[in-house]
Amino acid sequence: MIGLEIHAQMKTNTKAFCRCSTDFHSSPNSNVCPVCLGYPGCLPVLNEKLIEFTIKMGIATNCTIRSNSIFARKNYFYPDLTKGYQITQFDTPLCYEGHINIKLKNKETKKIGITRIHIEEDAGKSIHDFHDDETLIDFNRCGVPLIEIVSEPDMNSTDEAHQYLSKIKQTLIYLEINDGNMEEGSLRCDANISLRLKGTETLGTRTEIKNLNSFKNVSDAIEAEIKRQTSVLESGEKVSYHTMTYNAKDKTTAATRTKEEAHDYRYFPEPDLVKLKISEDWLRKVADNLPEFPDKRRDRFMKDYFLPESDSEEITHDRKFADYFENVAVNLSDKNERSFRTASNIVRAEVRKVMNEKKIGINEFPLPAKAIAMIADSVNSGKVSITASKEIFTLMLSGKSEEEMLSIFRESEKNLSIVSDTSEIESIVKKIIDTNPEETQRYKSGEKKLAGFFVGKVMQESKGKANPKIVNELLIKLLEV
Amino acid sequence: MSVTIKDVDKIAQLAKLKFKENEKVKLQSELNKILEYIDQLNELNLDNIEPLENINETENVLRKDEIEIWLTNEEALRNAPSKTGKFFKVPKVLDK
Repeated sequence: MIGLEIHAQMKTNTKAFCRCSTDFHSSPNSNVCPVCLGYPGCLPVLNEKLIEFTIKMGIATNCTIRSNSIFARKNYFYPDLTKGYQITQFDTPLCYEGHINIKLKNKETKKIGITRIHIEEDAGKSIHDFHDDETLIDFNRCGVPLIEIVSEPDMNSTDEAHQYLSKIKQTLIYLEINDGNMEEGSLRCDANISLRLKGTETLGTRTEIKNLNSFKNVSDAIEAEIKRQTSVLESGEKVSYHTMTYNAKDKTTAATRTKEEAHDYRYFPEPDLVKLKISEDWLRKVADNLPEFPDKRRDRFMKDYFLPESDSEEITHDRKFADYFENVAVNLSDKNERSFRTASNIVRAEVRKVMNEKKIGINEFPLPAKAIAMIADSVNSGKVSITASKEIFTLMLSGKSEEEMLSIFRESEKNLSIVSDTSEIESIVKKIIDTNPEETQRYKSGEKKLAGFFVGKVMQESKGKANPKIVNELLIKLLEV
Repeated sequence: MSVTIKDVDKIAQLAKLKFKENEKVKLQSELNKILEYIDQLNELNLDNIEPLENINETENVLRKDEIEIWLTNEEALRNAPSKTGKFFKVPKVLDK
């Protein structure tokens, strides 16, 4: 059984208890003040936004929001912790008893319980590899607000753990309270693992793997730890409680050398902070300002835009991307299943391709949603073929301004528009038949599958502009005389 | 409930303090006196009384999420016993 503890940095401008900036890229020890440097006599003051963000996550994960909570001191000594204690929440987490639903590989939905979400502050950053017997410390991160999301041990495989983490990350990003950047450490994960022998009810002793900073590491570390515990049990021994670290190089887990007895945090209520009371009114205000959640939005897209579930899921996975699609949809001149599907195809294929190639987000994507709607309209009204629409899309990307893009659109739509003029197509068909006498002969003697060859040649000759239906009709007519 | 020398050792270790044997004995008796006092408090009937978590009865002292620059890097490092460049420097620590 697997339980995850996820630490997510809240995207506030300032730290949890002081007004220092949380900017990750600032020069070392520049976002510091007497409060986060732990000077005696300073008082922490709670960041209002942090509470709002935490409540948002609580609501999004179906938690109960505690109306009265307090903060606690967790005492331990480490040079990156200036005060000698971390301010956290102990027995009154702000959010508790929630759950989220994850999609399993077999398409079934599974409910994963959330034990609690509490607020705490981050520690500073130690740089160990600078010198053999000295450590450098940057306190910019000290006091940066985190929420810790603790799951129930409801997951039974690495795949479920992966789905859960992915859903939590998606939710955090949708709420715009975390940037989801695991590399920079704004999302970190600890995994608790314990095995249960088949046919028994009792869980084995759990171990905890600390500080997993990528999806791959989470999956690999859990896999490695399951293997390790299995071999311990198979050799007839017992698993003992340890904090483990994961070594990504050789894909193994190992117990840290920390003495367990040293883990005595002596929690007590933080005397420097007063009670936190969440009124009904406050709660309602936060709830009223929540965005539509991904699952709900996916279902609505399926209904409103007639999209298949997988397409809808793909579009709504990222909030901004889904916003973009909705903007395209609003601008379509025909609002029916066919036009929504065309728009969805262009957004999912062409727009996504450019984003991937240029490694940009949808916000930096150059074409306005209106432009995509125009291209989709053009396909739907039969003016241009799908092949030509891709070319128009590419041509428009070279436009420097919206005006220029529009003029490129008008010009290329005209140049690439489908030719339905029978006489014009007929002359191309005749030319193709004349220049391919051998194939013509073979076709006439019964090799009907060569029709595809002729269609291809005609389309090529017409630069994709010939109306395929007319091409087919004319080919049959002229070849079968 | 009484404090043993082993308890004193553990508390000292957690607080990163070192004591001589005679100091430990003195601390042991002082800690025991504190616990005796707590025992006295335990005689009170506190059923249905909420614990006082903070002497200050106010609630929700909050601030807006607005940045304020307090110290420059030079000022921050001014009191540091040891530093290098823009960093604080401490003896090597490992094993978190």
